[in-house]
Amino acid sequence: MPKISRDEVAHLAKLARLAVTEHELDVFAGQLDHILDAVAKVSEVAAEDIPPTSHAVPLTNVFREDVVRPGLTQQQALAGAPAAEEGRFRVPRILGEEQ
Amino acid sequence: MTDLTKLTAAELAGKIHAREVSSVEVTQAHLDRIAEVDSFVHAFLHVDADGALAAARAVDDAVGRGDAPASAIAGVPLALKDVLTTKGIPTTCGSRTLEGWIPPYDATVTRKLREAGVPILGKTNMDEFAMGSSTENSAFGVTRNPWDDTRIPGGSGGGSAASIAAFEAPLAIGTDTGGSIRQPGAVTGTVGVKPTYGGVSRYGLVAFSSSLDQAGPCARTVLDAALLHEVIAGHDRMDSTSIDAPVPAVVAAAREGLRGDLTGMKVGVVKEFGGDGYQPGVQRSFEAAVAQLRALGAEVVEVSCPNFTYALPAYYLIAPSECSSNLARFDAMRYGLRVSDDGAHSAEEVMSLTREEGFGAEVKRRIMLGTYALSSGYYDAYYGSAQKVRTLIRRDFDAAFEKVDVLVSPTTPTTAFKIGERVDDPMAMYLADLCTIPANLAGNAAMSVPSGLSDEDGLPVGLQIMAPALADDRLYRVGAAFEAAREPVLDRVPDLTRGGFVPAGALSPAEAAK
Repeated sequence: MPKISRDEVAHLAKLARLAVTEHELDVFAGQLDHILDAVAKVSEVAAEDIPPTSHAVPLTNVFREDVVRPGLTQQQALAGAPAAEEGRFRVPRILGEEQ
Repeated sequence: MTDLTKLTAAELAGKIHAREVSSVEVTQAHLDRIAEVDSFVHAFLHVDADGALAAARAVDDAVGRGDAPASAIAGVPLALKDVLTTKGIPTTCGSRTLEGWIPPYDATVTRKLREAGVPILGKTNMDEFAMGSSTENSAFGVTRNPWDDTRIPGGSGGGSAASIAAFEAPLAIGTDTGGSIRQPGAVTGTVGVKPTYGGVSRYGLVAFSSSLDQAGPCARTVLDAALLHEVIAGHDRMDSTSIDAPVPAVVAAAREGLRGDLTGMKVGVVKEFGGDGYQPGVQRSFEAAVAQLRALGAEVVEVSCPNFTYALPAYYLIAPSECSSNLARFDAMRYGLRVSDDGAHSAEEVMSLTREEGFGAEVKRRIMLGTYALSSGYYDAYYGSAQKVRTLIRRDFDAAFEKVDVLVSPTTPTTAFKIGERVDDPMAMYLADLCTIPANLAGNAAMSVPSGLSDEDGLPVGLQIMAPALADDRLYRVGAAFEAAREPVLDRVPDLTRGGFVPAGALSPAEAAK
């Protein structure tokens, strides 16, 4: 019984905004199944009473003075944009016909 | 005249600051070397000759005026991994997604290098977004190992390691999320250091796995790595995870180590790393290295870190999870690639089509793996369990460092493997990071230093040294003492100027053992 099906991989690709091809689905399904099988080993030692570590350095809030500092100009911020118009990022339509 | 590309960074800095040679001459010598050999090494994605020479001239002018050098390595050129932003110079992260992108700002590491008077020769090749162990995942072609053109230079920072092994640069910057500085160092016969997490600012380091990513030095000697380490390290308010503490005195520690005495130092050999699954020549080189440490006066004991065998699976859940989130920023809206913006496709479709075209297979695999591990229903079993393993790894380190000052292991289980050998088998590729990952998960400092050539294939082997967080100086003391006692590995790298590569592996076992 595979850990992950081809349909599940297709769903993941959709969630991750990757328009994968049919061929990629075949390849990735097998590879992800193989990888998940290997990494599932973590559950062997992950007992209830062990606290999780999300970060190597214990983090507390880091504050700074709320003062104005130089940032990017509008021109700099738009310099790498795939499309810009009237000093703004131009994006494809966001709403569909029915919305 | 001395071949300037063969000198160490420390030697070059001494000559530049004493006005025996100019930084322009040194920089030009490396640019010439790049022009001569990089067409087949392919360590660089972009060479910035004008920028490097301008920076060199500024150093020469300052030296000429009698000003104190801006840093201990002022005037010594460097190769920068293409994952750190450089204002006005392309930064691609080895990805089609960022092809042609010119960052509007410098990473803190870049800024510190500029302020230290370090000419930046160019940007080095890497696995796409630093995901890989061979540099084969770059969208812009493979980098060849200067020891053998049929073999990988390690990854993800294969370009940085290859550039210094090929004498195209005396220094380079890498980044290490699971071993991407140390494993390339091991397989190219160079020194690579992953500083303590938070020791070097991540501002402007394009994020792969934020809780693990750390920039660090690549060099041909331990002292050179220390000199570069002190330039790039230190607290930065632009990175809230940057450690607000003094930089460990790594240069002083390297100089101390060069005296060749490790009396009083306790070294632990990690019991779980070695033996079955390790290339016999790597294992033998490691055993010889341990004997060498003992001969230098160190007390060597075996230490068990039972949970280290779970580090690899934990890493391949944590890193993909963080990457699936971090790479969501590549949405085709504000910078980078955009395809199919023809009026017929919605923003969401443009996003999906662009990411499909802009990302390579490994990046897609990891994004999907991370998306899966973080999805409800699987979160506890995968990501949650991996975070618990991270706690266990940390506990293993804490217990070990109560008994010893540093831990040692082979850096990677094999010497450089063949180009193409593991590309279709992700799990086989991941095994290259087996020994390097624990230090990333716990945030410790770790180094790979050349331990010699493997007797069966004549290729370099690395000794990994691991120290507690903020004790980076111990790596340098032990590494420098070890290095001083061994014959320099890079003296045996093929001469790339004589019609390309002379295959390694031509050494007899007796020669290799020298």
